Amino acid sequence: MWMLLMDSSTKISFNRCIRDGDLVIVYERHDTMKAVKACENSVLQNRFGVFKHSDWIGKPFGSKVFSNKGGFVYLLAPTPELWTLVLSHRTQILYIADISFVIMYLEVVPGCLVLESGTGSGSLTTSFARAVSPMGHVYTFDFHEQRAASAREDFERTGISTLVTVGVRDIQGDGFPDQFSGLADSVFLDLPQPWLAIPSARNMLKQDGTLCSFSPCIEQVQRSCETLRTDFTDIRTFEILLRTYEVREWKMDHSKADDGNSTACPPRKRRQPLSEASVGDNASSPAVMARPSAETRGHTGYLTFARKCVS
Amino acid sequence: MSENKPESGPTVNPRVTWEGCSVLLDINDGDRLVFARLSAGSTLKIGNKTFSLQPLIGCPFGSLFQVESGKEKPYLSRFIPPTEENNVQDEGGCQLQVESRDNRAIIDNNQAQSLTGDDIDAMRRQGATGNEIVEALIANSATFDKKTQFSQEKYRLKKQKKYAPRVLLRRPFSRSICEAYFKKYPARIGFLRVDALSLLLSMANVTANSDVLVLDMVGGLVTGAVAERLGGSGSVCNTYLGGTPYPMEIIRMFNFNNEICKRVLRCSVNYLCAVQNETTEQVSQHEDVCTMESQSDEKTSLSVSTEEVHLSSKNGVSDLVPENELSTTGKTCKAPKAGEKAPKEAIQSWKENGFSSLIIAAPEQDAWLLVKDLLPLLTYSAPFAIYHQYLQPLATCMHNLQLEKMAIGLQLSEPWLREYQVLPSRTHPCMQMSGSGGYILSGTRAYSNTSQS
Repeated sequence: MWMLLMDSSTKISFNRCIRDGDLVIVYERHDTMKAVKACENSVLQNRFGVFKHSDWIGKPFGSKVFSNKGGFVYLLAPTPELWTLVLSHRTQILYIADISFVIMYLEVVPGCLVLESGTGSGSLTTSFARAVSPMGHVYTFDFHEQRAASAREDFERTGISTLVTVGVRDIQGDGFPDQFSGLADSVFLDLPQPWLAIPSARNMLKQDGTLCSFSPCIEQVQRSCETLRTDFTDIRTFEILLRTYEVREWKMDHSKADDGNSTACPPRKRRQPLSEASVGDNASSPAVMARPSAETRGHTGYLTFARKCVS
Repeated sequence: MSENKPESGPTVNPRVTWEGCSVLLDINDGDRLVFARLSAGSTLKIGNKTFSLQPLIGCPFGSLFQVESGKEKPYLSRFIPPTEENNVQDEGGCQLQVESRDNRAIIDNNQAQSLTGDDIDAMRRQGATGNEIVEALIANSATFDKKTQFSQEKYRLKKQKKYAPRVLLRRPFSRSICEAYFKKYPARIGFLRVDALSLLLSMANVTANSDVLVLDMVGGLVTGAVAERLGGSGSVCNTYLGGTPYPMEIIRMFNFNNEICKRVLRCSVNYLCAVQNETTEQVSQHEDVCTMESQSDEKTSLSVSTEEVHLSSKNGVSDLVPENELSTTGKTCKAPKAGEKAPKEAIQSWKENGFSSLIIAAPEQDAWLLVKDLLPLLTYSAPFAIYHQYLQPLATCMHNLQLEKMAIGLQLSEPWLREYQVLPSRTHPCMQMSGSGGYILSGTRAYSNTSQS
């Protein structure tokens, strides 16, 4: 239970093996992972068979472990990126491209005080915690009591509860608590009507402090920007997506296609440049090629950033 | 709470400038970006005039300055933009007001402006402020009233930039430093866009207390960004091929305190790899080699310095060229030195524990050849991220890593970033955008034990 390298005793290293009680990310494939707490007497059952946790303890993180049927999985040390892929979705969550950009653009560094609302599933919160560690703190608010409680449990599980405080509060209605007035380095809003929370966010921020509002719809952005123009400067709206690539090795057919017979190979290049292969060479040479993945996310949300004016 | 007192010490990111601090000056809303080190003697040139940067010392970051015509010579003065300016525009509900004007009456014959250059010079001599000149230009423009509201705003802004230039005082952070370089000299940072840099840091799980191995051939930008995230804990090992460390002058633009600088260390790939395969005894035999290396280090840094003398101006200010410590006067202008040779204990610890992250940003190297050597230095289950401005080297690298079963969770990705103009009734994506911010191959080192069945 030590997602962050809070101190040297918990840090992953050649000498740090899986212990009883550790949180482990069980990796089947890049899109099939699960968070599991290693317990001496427990077993994990999946389509590959039964895995005994007792086999895991004492092995290094990153090990391949086998089931009773000879199937295997990898056991990884948790990171905020892996956690984002395995956490239970209580709400729509932010993904790595948005998260990374938000942290960098808000200029969150160790020691910062960050305010967030809503907490949602805690995907971004975990990355905020990593960025402010070890001296900073994240105060995150959600008006949904049960969701806040689940988030708290998750932060205990991942070992970041000393860096994060979860509050139950309607930020749109009541604003952030006065105790943070003028103390926040950054404020992040993921709310249906962010413009209602902006005046409070302004009061929480230090001078030149940064704000980000995440909204899926352009109408929300429009209204937020109108509100921001009063007390903020450097107002900028972005959209960020991550395009992933598939990589594979093809055997390129370099033979001069006999007309009418050219429908054989998968990458149907109708005309191959002859310069590549020596003329008359009928053997195919392997080549590694990349192409964008066929299915991809088309939209996550707009990110609007602003900086509190210095008076 | 220590963060309540930004001026209390050098440890918590200060929000007020001090003598000797590094700043990023944004002139006229991004038209020009200049890095400077503030001192009594440092100056900034705007147009054909030179301004002292003295008034910027002790001001909060985010302050705006405007050129004022002083009695003897113009100077930079704090400027607080009136908030009503914005309100006036918004209150009119201009998003609803249908614009009836268009450009049918505008004739491009260069006779619209009745003020001559001599008139403006005369106004200046009489002590008119930049804003007064802008107003006079508007009053004397025959076509201003015929312009649409949007082009009126544009006109005003254009004249303001020329006659009343503004300077925004910004904190140098990896964000602003990366953006400034990407805008002006993208080749120097291997076309690494700020969103790609942010992904490298996330994907490599850089956080306090980690030991990050970095191969940085992008001027020290990645090393600096990592050091910023470490905040004075853990370590960043800046490694290099051959006997000469890569330049990392960009790191001096961050306002790193001694604690952070101390965490930035250097060690050659050869040495790290040799240590990897040896016992402690053999390591100590290497010490001679190590010392020789350090000597060459010094030589290199000296030659780098002299090179910078040519590039930078003598007043401690330069357009994205790091100023030279030697060229600035006074002790206060000296930035703490980052990138000392890694001490034996650090190397020993890296050897025993392995690095907890790896980032490679080497636009001119074969990614696979590098990763083959560097990945074994990483502890098991540790993440890595490799940047390249081209796709193909990373595709090949990914394929080879898969074949050799050295890593899992491999992903080859490319960020796409689009900025929007958001204005009443005029919201749309910006007309210009960056076509590519580069590619990233990320993954996790798997534990490979051949005896395992």
